[in-house]
Amino acid sequence: MPTSSAITVKNLTRKYGDFVAVDGISFDVPQGEIFAFLGPNGAGKTTTIKMLTTLLRPSAGEILVNGHDSVREQDAVRKSFGIVFQDQSLDEELTAYENMEFHGILYGVPTELRERRIRELLEIVELWDRRDNQVKTFSGGMRRRLEIARGLLHHPRIFFLDEPTLGLDPQTRNQIWTYINNLNKTEKITVFFTTHYMEEAERFAKHIAVIDHGNIIAQGTAESLKKKTKASSLEDAFLELTGHAIREEHATGLDHLRQHRKMWGGRR
Amino acid sequence: MRTIYILWLRQLKRYTRSRSRIIGSLGQPLLFLFAFGFGFSPIYQRAGGGNYIAFLAPGIIAQGILFTAIFAGIELIWDRQFGFLKETLVAPVSRLEIMIGRTLGGATIATLQGVIIFFLTLLAGFRPANWWLLLPAVAFMFLIATLFTALGTAIASTMSDFQGFQLIMNFLIMPLFFLSGALFPLDGIPPVLAAIASFNPLSYGVDGLRGVLLNATHFGMGRDIAVLSALTVLVLLIGNYLFSKIEI
Ligand SMILES: Nc1ncnc2c1ncn2[C@@H]1O[C@H](COP(=O)(O)OP(=O)(O)O)[C@@H](O)[C@H]1O
Ligand SMILES: [Mg+2]
Repeated sequence: MPTSSAITVKNLTRKYGDFVAVDGISFDVPQGEIFAFLGPNGAGKTTTIKMLTTLLRPSAGEILVNGHDSVREQDAVRKSFGIVFQDQSLDEELTAYENMEFHGILYGVPTELRERRIRELLEIVELWDRRDNQVKTFSGGMRRRLEIARGLLHHPRIFFLDEPTLGLDPQTRNQIWTYINNLNKTEKITVFFTTHYMEEAERFAKHIAVIDHGNIIAQGTAESLKKKTKASSLEDAFLELTGHAIREEHATGLDHLRQHRKMWGGRR
Repeated sequence: MRTIYILWLRQLKRYTRSRSRIIGSLGQPLLFLFAFGFGFSPIYQRAGGGNYIAFLAPGIIAQGILFTAIFAGIELIWDRQFGFLKETLVAPVSRLEIMIGRTLGGATIATLQGVIIFFLTLLAGFRPANWWLLLPAVAFMFLIATLFTALGTAIASTMSDFQGFQLIMNFLIMPLFFLSGALFPLDGIPPVLAAIASFNPLSYGVDGLRGVLLNATHFGMGRDIAVLSALTVLVLLIGNYLFSKIEI
């Protein structure tokens, strides 16, 4: 298997019932690169990431992550990446430290190393002082930082980030990006991310793929996309490619949750 | 092993941290114990049944375990909704270990709950035949708890939200309890009811618990243990299949 690609995707398709969410896409992410996966709401970004990370089975097509087939060699694939999901995935009843510890033990990081890394990472994301607080007391930005720290605890070769900076203030976004960028430079970790902030893609990503209605409609560097659409900014190029119509956002897990919180009253 | 351990530990931490949940889930068994226990005691005694509180106590313990165990299993839906399930499912560990860890965690909680209820029945005047019997009783409680946690997990694996919860409550948990012989002796009841009870796994749980604590059984201790163990293995296998199919 050639090792020059961190991720290779061929004709990847995913259907939900009759609805085709991802429609035969192909792309390649070189090792050690920061790669942006852009697209309007409902384009198929999260579905693609879930397939890349073994959470969803593809309806058709092939995925290689670090040279491993994501359907047949799930464990090898799972060992090789870290992920920050679009919706939160922390245990709110546990403390920040316990969430990290859970992850470290699950990934088989030896005790001493685990303790050292947890401290390092929590210090970097500035949560060490809050390590013994339950996550339910954390703000959105703190949770996101904790998820990032947790995703890196087992030293993954590839880091997936699904809208990691959504809803965060510019300070926090800046801090998160500085860290991710450093990590990419110093550890050569491949970063695959989605975002709605075009300047993040323009500043940090070497290559960009634009997906819409389940199809990849453009790929290349920010410069080449701008040139292709004769746009002056990536934002304009994006609008040119995907049109100006506003997409309906489907209900996320968290929306359902809010609904159930109401339904269940004071259960927690 | 480390997977099973950490998932078990997590369940325990969540349980001990939510005092309202512990106390809340004691309310129902206490209500049944006091209302049925003291309400039916005189008439049970007059009918020649003997001490009704002694008869009822193991049934109430089993009820508490049943509810806690199925809820602990169904908590999987919370994890799916709150997103935490994704964190476990992307990890390089076998789905079977994840499921076993969860199940043992839930079963431990349900057993603890059973032990607490045991002590509460003492307040109502219940006395086991012999205090040493508490040890085998706990082991037996754990068997009941494992079966029903596995059942809750298996059911929750097929549900992505709480829409079906009311259904489970009314058409599974309640009938399991009321048709199990927890409240009334199975000897001499109408054949239809007897047949239903003999297909109800909780009947064997209640009966076995009475067997341990009071030395009196309807089906026989051997049959109770055999039925519960076989069912537990079966439900774990089905649950493992359903759990491994989860996509989020
Ligand atoms: N579990 C699901 N069942 C049915 N349709 C889904 C499901 N998840 C996503 N979709 C649909 O698939 C499409 C792509 O969704 P998604 O990958 O979440 O988009 P993005 O992350 O780009 O916003 C959307 O139209 C969405 O409504
Ligand atoms: Mg998305």
